[in-house]
Amino acid sequence: MNWMKYRPLYFLISSLVIIPGIYSLITFGFKLSIEFTGGTQAEFILPDTQKQNLLLALSTQNPQVVSESDSQFTLKMSETTEQEIEQITQKLGTVSGQVKLQSFEVIGPVLGQETLKKTGNALLISSLVLLIYISFAFKQFKYGLSAVLAMLHDTLVLLGSFSLLGQFAGVEVDLLFVTAVLTILSFSVHDTIVVYDRIRELSHKVKNVSYENLVNQAVSETIVRSLNNSLTIIFMLIAMFLMGGESTKYFSLALLVGTVTGTYSSTFTAAPLLVVWNKLFEKK
Amino acid sequence: MSLSKPQKNLIFIIAVTLFSLYISLPTDLGYFKIPRLNIKFGSLDLSKEIEIKQGLDIKGGVQVVLDTDMSKLEDIDKQSALESLKDVVGRRIDLFGVSEVSIKTLQNNNQYRLSIELPGVTDSKQAIALIGETASLQFAYPIFSETKSATEEASLTGFNPANLSGSDLKRAQVTFQTDDSLPAVAIEFNDEGTKKFAQITKNGIGKPLAILLDGFPITMPNIESEIPNGNAVISGSFTLEEAKDLAIKLNAGALPVPVKVLSQKNIPATLGQESVQKSLLAGGIGLLMVVTFMILNYGKMGLISSVSLALYGLYTVALYKTIPVVLSLPGIAGFLLSVGMAVDSNILIFERYKEEIRAGRQWQVALELAFGRAWDSIKDANAATIITGLILFNPLSWSFLNTSGAVRGFALTLIIGILVSLFTGIIVSRTLLRIFYKGKNLNKNI
Repeated sequence: MNWMKYRPLYFLISSLVIIPGIYSLITFGFKLSIEFTGGTQAEFILPDTQKQNLLLALSTQNPQVVSESDSQFTLKMSETTEQEIEQITQKLGTVSGQVKLQSFEVIGPVLGQETLKKTGNALLISSLVLLIYISFAFKQFKYGLSAVLAMLHDTLVLLGSFSLLGQFAGVEVDLLFVTAVLTILSFSVHDTIVVYDRIRELSHKVKNVSYENLVNQAVSETIVRSLNNSLTIIFMLIAMFLMGGESTKYFSLALLVGTVTGTYSSTFTAAPLLVVWNKLFEKK
Repeated sequence: MSLSKPQKNLIFIIAVTLFSLYISLPTDLGYFKIPRLNIKFGSLDLSKEIEIKQGLDIKGGVQVVLDTDMSKLEDIDKQSALESLKDVVGRRIDLFGVSEVSIKTLQNNNQYRLSIELPGVTDSKQAIALIGETASLQFAYPIFSETKSATEEASLTGFNPANLSGSDLKRAQVTFQTDDSLPAVAIEFNDEGTKKFAQITKNGIGKPLAILLDGFPITMPNIESEIPNGNAVISGSFTLEEAKDLAIKLNAGALPVPVKVLSQKNIPATLGQESVQKSLLAGGIGLLMVVTFMILNYGKMGLISSVSLALYGLYTVALYKTIPVVLSLPGIAGFLLSVGMAVDSNILIFERYKEEIRAGRQWQVALELAFGRAWDSIKDANAATIITGLILFNPLSWSFLNTSGAVRGFALTLIIGILVSLFTGIIVSRTLLRIFYKGKNLNKNI
């Protein structure tokens, strides 16, 4: 099958996803979770029945339970002033039983900007090392470059879609998201190498065939395994997205987005990039 | 009778499986109790049931709040002192072992506090001792009282600090003394410290030099000769644990401000038990779908690969328990990804097998060829993942890379997952297929 004929279409699909994502990243950025921003921690003394009401009243502040016992409840939430909390507790107090604000503290972020920066460094170094490794393993620079570009493609799709989700659905970026990005990075390269390996093998076996046709044949021969493999992972993630707990829902979604784009990019980004490179620099 | 290679491999696999079962299974299985072996390997005690360590998000842990004494600091310095306290405490905990710790600063008016959440800590006293002590190292000359008569021994009245302290250290590590092989801590000075130490030892030959830890003398050797190379050993009557803790504290640096433990309490899982239950159930259903998919798609081969997938799970649990790995959600993500990659090796091999069969080869030949040829791509793909894993794990603790427990925990599970999946996906699957699989040839007449 002549997969590579439709190269422009694949790049168009990618840019339709990536360009809005980049726009959103630049203009909106991410909605960062309390782990990154810090916030407020407050301890309440209250009757058990009021706990749900309190959580509901604070729902705009994304409260999380830190600890609780029969009459005690400690919550952390995005930055809130003491007065704001007092107002809420007073309102609640009139319904059923008194809610008392026991202590109030400003908490610093668990993960400073430093964590994000260092993770960024790790991404950069990984990209470089992978570029070198793949270039050597496949004995040509174009393989390393295209694989790393496909990896960046997947990272951008994931980052962009969560920036958009943050803006329009209030989805927060937390530590789990960071690990999801790292996971997808590995998956993307893993999947791409399998396609490249087939191209490498065919190039030894089949002579007198244009490079484009060689890539076409390799893609045809690997696409079943690529789909089968991704399906096994996607089954798992869909199950976790639909049935897993609330807190891991978006984590599963991030992995799901990443797996789909990672699978797509191996065939429809990484392989066409090789052909483009070949057309540009290795005219026969 | 000599065994063939697959048979030898099978025996090896059975042995590994039995050992992993022994470690993974709970001792008490209702009607049947597994007898425990009374064997110890280092810190691994096989006579007891080994618990899997679960992270803060899954099991909760201990929260320790440290209060600081900032009275000696200017107002403007307090904020940065708190931040550097957080760094030092974080470093100490990271050096203490890979575990997913959450440290945050708490601040209200004039109170500066640090909240440390430690997952699955069993010995909270040791943890508190580790994070809460100042660990300032100071070299000093002992001062003795004047002796009035020859019979009276000189008594120690105080110390005169020498110009050498913990900040001149380059590195500290546990060592064993040559004469009695008792644990001690070997220290190495930085360039500045080496010069100072050489000066002190040169001028003080024959005199005692005390090493003070948090103001208390722990050892007071006599200087026998000048030491120009910047190496010294702190010997005291340490246990191995004490020596390790001291080395960790010295490596991480002294706390910038005095602290005391304000409170210590157990905290619930941040994700909630319900969420964990749901995720486990979902993961289980997902796995079941994977197995069904493999069997539908590859028949008997799929069944065999499901067996090696099950073994993969078993070995991984056993490794998590022995290392130990703190299991948290990011870790589970690493695990799931490696499950995907474990299945991938088999899919690659099976697709290859189908191709070779289509090319008209005998099934035995096709099987061996499939394993041989798929190995190339499996090797490169997994090497790439291990590279990423190592950069994230940052084994040499480079400061420009992550040292945070959560990211490292993820990387560790990913690396373990890849290594185990290579074993089960290649060696186990291959052995099982060689012994139990009988294939069909496409067409014998060709």
